[in-house]
Amino acid sequence: MAKFSRGKGRGTPKISTASLPDIIFILLFFFMVVTVMKDSELKVEVNYPYATELQKLEKKSLVSYVYIGTPQKRFRKKYGSAPRIQLNDSFKEVKDLKLFLEQEKSKLREAERGLMTASLRADKDVTMGIVTDVKTELRKIGQLKVNYSSKPRTEDL
Amino acid sequence: MARREAPEINAGSMADIAFLLLIFFLVTTTIDVDKGITVKLPPWSDEPPPEMKLNERNVYSVLVNANDELLVRGQLMRPADLRENTKNFIANPKNMPNMAESPKKAIISLKNDRGTSYEAYIKVYNELKAAYRELWDDAADAQFGRTYEELPIEDKKALRAEIPLVISEAEPTSFGEEN
Repeated sequence: MAKFSRGKGRGTPKISTASLPDIIFILLFFFMVVTVMKDSELKVEVNYPYATELQKLEKKSLVSYVYIGTPQKRFRKKYGSAPRIQLNDSFKEVKDLKLFLEQEKSKLREAERGLMTASLRADKDVTMGIVTDVKTELRKIGQLKVNYSSKPRTEDL
Repeated sequence: MARREAPEINAGSMADIAFLLLIFFLVTTTIDVDKGITVKLPPWSDEPPPEMKLNERNVYSVLVNANDELLVRGQLMRPADLRENTKNFIANPKNMPNMAESPKKAIISLKNDRGTSYEAYIKVYNELKAAYRELWDDAADAQFGRTYEELPIEDKKALRAEIPLVISEAEPTSFGEEN
């Protein structure tokens, strides 16, 4: 073994970087696991309202998102500026909710179907008219578990 | 001397490759936690709800109009005062004749307009829910010396049976302008 070290001299030994890839890989795996690829592109503007009584939605697979808001600028010409509903990737009407939720349900296992939550991601500036219509439709469909997406509020009212 | 071994592949660039991937995932990651107010909607029925004879004193009517003004039992109120007043109404510590007989009988009736902003609605709903949560916290503290969240599920259920959350939402009026 002495044969190897003879030529190198007595300088400070180099720090081995052999484990660096491993460290990076661990980080990489972490991010790969927590990453949720954006499943739908937002076409409506949604600024969440603020609230304090927040509950976390644990299982992402059990959540179906219903977006409500004014169409983004690039869609205004075609769709106007009245609040619209977005399901998956496109503007939809209230009556389309039924089909959408059934599709979402069919992706789940039998046992989990009753646990599905509809996450209502509505803009804080929309009026209750459209929200009420959505709520009524959800009740008619039987999707009773609903979550009003909001951001945490820290200051007092 | 032994036969020459196959030269080792230089793994130095492995780190770079991993870095590249890492940065890609760093950029695309959106750790947006999904939080919100969870509600359970009442099931739909085509028949009109049966007329219920409710004692006036047990009903706490909360109205949010199209201008986002809050009217509680016929009187204007600031949203900041709603939580305390609601708690007071449900618990009724002084046994006032115009407040709930008992928390079990208390009913919060929430009504809004189609022109009410979603923000105002969430604000009010949040305060009503917060009132109940604070009452549960108080009760949990008195009975178990812990906060409501820390209790085991049976105790939570028992508490909720004692102070049931009843927020009944009426069909909204349509005076205001929708956007």
